[in-house]
Amino acid sequence: MIKVIHCIVNGKEEEIPVDIRESLADMLRHRLGLTSVKKGCEVGECGACTVLVDDEAIDSCIYLALWADGKKIITVEGLQQHTSLLTPIQQAFVDEAAVQCGFCTPGLIITAVEIVGSGKHYSRDELRKLISGHLCRCTGYHNILNAMERIVEEAHKFVGNEY
Amino acid sequence: MYDIENIYEAVDIQDAIKALVENPSAIPLAGGTDILIKIREGKLAGKSFISLHHINSLKGITRDEQGNIMIRPLTTFSHITYHPLIKTYLPMLGEAVDQVGGPQIRNMGTIGGNICNGVTSADSASTLFTYNALLEITGPTGIRNIPITAFYKGPGRVHLQQGELLTGICITKENYEGFHGHYIKYAMREAMDIATLGCAVNCKLNASLDQLEDVRLAFGVAGPTPMRCNKAEAAVIGQTISPSLFKTFSEVALTEVNPRTSWRASRDFRLQLVKELSKRALKQAILLGGGHLDD
Repeated sequence: MIKVIHCIVNGKEEEIPVDIRESLADMLRHRLGLTSVKKGCEVGECGACTVLVDDEAIDSCIYLALWADGKKIITVEGLQQHTSLLTPIQQAFVDEAAVQCGFCTPGLIITAVEIVGSGKHYSRDELRKLISGHLCRCTGYHNILNAMERIVEEAHKFVGNEY
Repeated sequence: MYDIENIYEAVDIQDAIKALVENPSAIPLAGGTDILIKIREGKLAGKSFISLHHINSLKGITRDEQGNIMIRPLTTFSHITYHPLIKTYLPMLGEAVDQVGGPQIRNMGTIGGNICNGVTSADSASTLFTYNALLEITGPTGIRNIPITAFYKGPGRVHLQQGELLTGICITKENYEGFHGHYIKYAMREAMDIATLGCAVNCKLNASLDQLEDVRLAFGVAGPTPMRCNKAEAAVIGQTISPSLFKTFSEVALTEVNPRTSWRASRDFRLQLVKELSKRALKQAILLGGGHLDD
């Protein structure tokens, strides 16, 4: 059964017909072409499909598209700035070589956006806990944490500004 | 695409109950972090569901004039952990649900789903047992309240009749005021894992902080459902804090539990955890309450 939902995806109002059986990950990838949303495990363990729904990071593979009705969704595509430059969060991942194969990267960047959005300082252990919902099978966790630490350090410059 | 026969999106509690009565085989769907995975596994494939996701009256935490705290069942784990009322009055609950799954799961999974699933490993359940939580259940004929300690029938089965929905989790003031609690989740990994054993202790000290005025001990995975250890509690209530008290507490607890061997851990290992974690959780709860350990 098809149902029409209304939501704001990456700042743009969308009216989308969705199958009631569809996950949010499928909707974002197939109906809107937002392929930064990766499908890894499809059971909410790997975090590759992480997106922000009303500013909270969720696994879009175990979230029904129906539930996105009335919500504000952000994917990595939505982080793009007018100048076409990388956001400071993305730049930190590049600078710290926190990307190997890149499959886990969009999800981790979305979690980084959520973390930075809180404006708080976190210890490395706290950051470990905050990224525990992501799997990086290249096991590049050290560099990911380096990037996260760097972002959190610089966070106050961005909070209230663009991500 | 999930293998789902149909989903009805309920607009309010009465609508959800009506839909449950009309579709006896339909399953209520809250955060989906367990059910959607079971659909994927095939266990719940092809079923009909009633989504509670958009019912706002099932979300949120409030405190009334008497000081009783009401947690609505669709409140997510992260909203519980970060809620000022929980941080102030029920910190153990906030800390326990902060150990469920990972951060994204905690932004989706709900406390009501955690309880109604009927699983023994639910991190919220053993903790709620030690707060003597009262469950508000709404059905076609009205509202009834039952203590969470009487809610579980068996593994995966709870006392919800046809058309009934969990609509509130209430913790009365006398069940948290003066109490300090500690929950220990023992699992193989520090995140994204299910408890091998969960142990919650909530205790109240006397005015001079050297005796246990009240103690509650509850376990997850020490039996087919979450459970309280009333005998262990009775054995130490009114006693002076001493090394022998901890020994008694854990030894009596061992006589009450009945863990099983599963692929996660053997019965013997779980018994060892019961013995050790009950002591550790009690010690930590006493320290939180300002007491001293005499050892």
